[in-house]
Amino acid sequence: MSPEIPEFTPVNLITGFLGSGKTTLLNRLLADPHLADTAVLINEFGEVGLDHHLLERIDERTVLLQSGCLCCTIRGELAEAIKDLQSRRARGVVPPFRRLAIESTGLADPFPVLTTIHAEPVIKHHFRMGNVITTIDAVNGTRHLERYSESVKQLAAADRVVLTKTDIAEPAKAARLVERIRAINPTALLLRAAEDTFDAETLLGGDAFALANKSEAAQTWFAAELREAEEDHRHGAHDASDPNRHGKDIEAFALIFDTQLDWVSFGVWLTMLLNRHGEKILRVKGILHIAGSETPVAIHGVQHLVHPPVHLRSWPDEDRRSRLVFIVQGLNRRDIERSLAIFLGVRARYAEAVA
Amino acid sequence: MCALCGVLGGSEHWTESASGAGLGSPATNATTRRGERMRRVQAANRVLSFYRLQLADWQGSTYVLSTATGKSELVDNLSHLWSVAEQLTGQPCDPLDPALLNWLESTT
Repeated sequence: MSPEIPEFTPVNLITGFLGSGKTTLLNRLLADPHLADTAVLINEFGEVGLDHHLLERIDERTVLLQSGCLCCTIRGELAEAIKDLQSRRARGVVPPFRRLAIESTGLADPFPVLTTIHAEPVIKHHFRMGNVITTIDAVNGTRHLERYSESVKQLAAADRVVLTKTDIAEPAKAARLVERIRAINPTALLLRAAEDTFDAETLLGGDAFALANKSEAAQTWFAAELREAEEDHRHGAHDASDPNRHGKDIEAFALIFDTQLDWVSFGVWLTMLLNRHGEKILRVKGILHIAGSETPVAIHGVQHLVHPPVHLRSWPDEDRRSRLVFIVQGLNRRDIERSLAIFLGVRARYAEAVA
Repeated sequence: MCALCGVLGGSEHWTESASGAGLGSPATNATTRRGERMRRVQAANRVLSFYRLQLADWQGSTYVLSTATGKSELVDNLSHLWSVAEQLTGQPCDPLDPALLNWLESTT
């Protein structure tokens, strides 16, 4: 293989509800010279490949997925499209792209895309997941989050959230949506497409794999500030399980451990939890202090899927405590807390996760 | 079964890609790897005994899950373990189940 091709090509998923600005964002990204070597897979939805015609950079590196929804065809066509790209790159038929961006359909749960990259026997040896970027539009975002579980899943899976159309939305409405977004996914970096100037590096860089070499990146990766809750706070008006706050029983919370964790017991517990409740665990993300390990381990999962854990070179700051953030739907935080405490023989402290 | 269990993928399950001693780098040290597998079996058995199941290491490459009546299945990793455990017992293995948690507390 050419030395220019990374051992594992990062794959970025750009997701977001219908009309939330995925294509506009992709266009903006592709104008960045740093992404000249990015291959793009877009999904053709319906008879007219609208996304196709809106994209400026359609060339031989763009493969249209022909059959509508990515979600249904995942292990077939998406896998074939990626493998085909990989094969053509290896043969030198297409330029040696160093990154792959996939634009999903608005109605897709991002999970099957992630599993294809992670589990498909050929793909997993050449590609790895990079950041998931989710667009949410300030005009319709609240309604989408209320009505469509896919929209919530897209938000929960996000490493970067791009809020679009803030220039045409009512400011108060947009502010409420921001609050909602941060409540559902406090760990993602939130950017405003209309006001913020950001480049491709902001969106695509600093992913979980970059953590291995840049410990300071952990702070960005783990954007949530953990605010430890007072005991009475738990039962008060700001209780994160208050349905009026998050709606649809979605809850984001963090558990903090002062003591080191046993890796083996943690594995037994989390695999058991995900086997039974994976579809309700929209996200789990954490920095763990593992017994016997000097430096922390970053762990990162979406629904049933857990990415390979990454060993950070050093701690990002003075804090040596393990921190685990969960985004759950329809599960009780206290049940998870108790279960983890009993399985690992440690006591967790609850913290409100605030972006 | 979901495709992520890594059953087809072999030994790259996330719980085994990192050892307590050398997390992040593959546990190439045979002694460490072996010791960790033993501890994994032990930790799983603490929970599995609630369901009258028992896990054993098989040649350091896979695991065997058995019922009290001797019915056995091979399992590749911890994710696979729980789905097979549910098939063998015909009941959900739920780490949030208060009966399981109370039992674990009482036996610890």
